[in-house]
Amino acid sequence: MIAFWILAVIMLGSAIWCISASKPVYSVVALLLHFAALAAMYLTLNAEFLAVIQLIVYSGAILILFLFVIALLSSGVASFSVGPNRLPRIAIPAIVLIALALGFFTYAMGHAGAVVPAAQAGSPLGPVGTADVFGSVNDFGKALFTSYLLPFEITALLLMVAVIGVILLAGDHAPYVATRKHAAEVRREMREAILREGRQ
Amino acid sequence: MPDWLIILIKSAILLLVVVTTFAYAMLAERKVLGWMQLRPGPNRVGPWGLMQPAADAAKLILKEDLTPRTADPLIYRLAPFISLLTAFSVYAVIPFGASNAGVWAIGTPNAGILFLLAITSIGVYGITLGGWASGSKYPLLGSVRATAQMISYELGMSLSFIGVLLLAGTTSLDGIVSAQEKWWFIIPQFVGFIVYIITAVAETNRVPFDLVEAETELVAGFHTEYSGLRFGLFFIAEYVNMLTVSCIASLLFLGGWNAPFGILPMVPGVVWFILKVAFFMFFYMWLRATLPRFRYDRLMAFGWKVLLPLATLNLVVTAIIVAFLGH
Repeated sequence: MIAFWILAVIMLGSAIWCISASKPVYSVVALLLHFAALAAMYLTLNAEFLAVIQLIVYSGAILILFLFVIALLSSGVASFSVGPNRLPRIAIPAIVLIALALGFFTYAMGHAGAVVPAAQAGSPLGPVGTADVFGSVNDFGKALFTSYLLPFEITALLLMVAVIGVILLAGDHAPYVATRKHAAEVRREMREAILREGRQ
Repeated sequence: MPDWLIILIKSAILLLVVVTTFAYAMLAERKVLGWMQLRPGPNRVGPWGLMQPAADAAKLILKEDLTPRTADPLIYRLAPFISLLTAFSVYAVIPFGASNAGVWAIGTPNAGILFLLAITSIGVYGITLGGWASGSKYPLLGSVRATAQMISYELGMSLSFIGVLLLAGTTSLDGIVSAQEKWWFIIPQFVGFIVYIITAVAETNRVPFDLVEAETELVAGFHTEYSGLRFGLFFIAEYVNMLTVSCIASLLFLGGWNAPFGILPMVPGVVWFILKVAFFMFFYMWLRATLPRFRYDRLMAFGWKVLLPLATLNLVVTAIIVAFLGH
């Protein structure tokens, strides 16, 4: 319980820092802190595999790409130019929304029974780090490839479509260089273009 | 004694051991490089230069700690600590001996190997942020290279692990070592081993993959602007990471603390483990004395077009064999 409150404060603090930081890189650092605290939170909830995957996928792969782009775009250390303060205008709708959400969550938490996933049936909650309990690698894998196989495959397909879309949208529109001869031609044209640039 | 006190004492001892190992690994590297290049290496401070690490440490601590005017002060100071923190925290799950008694490891979680991957994948932030926050050209170039290189090679590395995990049928480091009592996984997983060794050298940014700090092009890469103890922290992190990947190689492929062919049963397992780790550390130094640096485009092409398909092929073949024959 103490761990929960410490982690909750860290997570909320870093989330606020993330959206209010003046420099984009600070936001990335705040998000990193947030993800680390979230992983620790998963550990306290016995979701060992989820914690590790949270770190590997979000911190190790996705966030580092954010940082990669941000470091290249704002390679100086200058802060972002922030527009006019829009907080007063959105304050009232925001407060109403937050109150609604809080109300909904309180209602839902009060009326929901204990959440017991199908795969957990029969495997009692054990200490973190032992095999074959809820949240362990074994249990997670079994659930993923039996009860939840269809959603898993559909997600995989969705990601695949996204990747193909990105390649189509962002890929360079130069003609596809299929043969060695063609490649040589393209290189010669580039060399000549560079020479022309040099002469002018 | 309460649990937390035992963990604290173990951590303190381990910290001391790892830092001492770092100090003498550095000295050993300079000695080995010296011998391979027909020169004596450091031999002035103490007998055979044995006090050299202490002298180096004193020098680094006493040097001025400069922060460039263009640097981002917060991130610039934070970056070395991220590197060091991730480098040390993996030792929380590395078992050094058969842990039936629970003496040789701080913690043996079931997802041990995944935890290792998770922590090492955060290690890249130290380098990336450090290079960016320095606010000058060469560190930025170095850190961008580091990010691309480490992300690319991490994929091959993770895939080379999975073959071992399939054979062992567990993700706990303890279980993986016990599964190798008869056959070390280097024999059925030879391709995986080769991929792992290459990607491990690239992950730790060592020769021949040290484009991150290629001194002929980038002065010193991501740590160009760092001086004094802050540079020292990056330096420690690099060597501790070398030690980490050597430990992982021994645990996953060379049977950890198992004796080769069960010989000499009176020798404690931890001795075998240290010998194996020492071999990999020597291998690193050997590489540094032997190989020239890769060209950057070749490095990327090698990672994506050779190592990744090779690791995938290895994984598929292993999976088919395990599916039909069992573990």
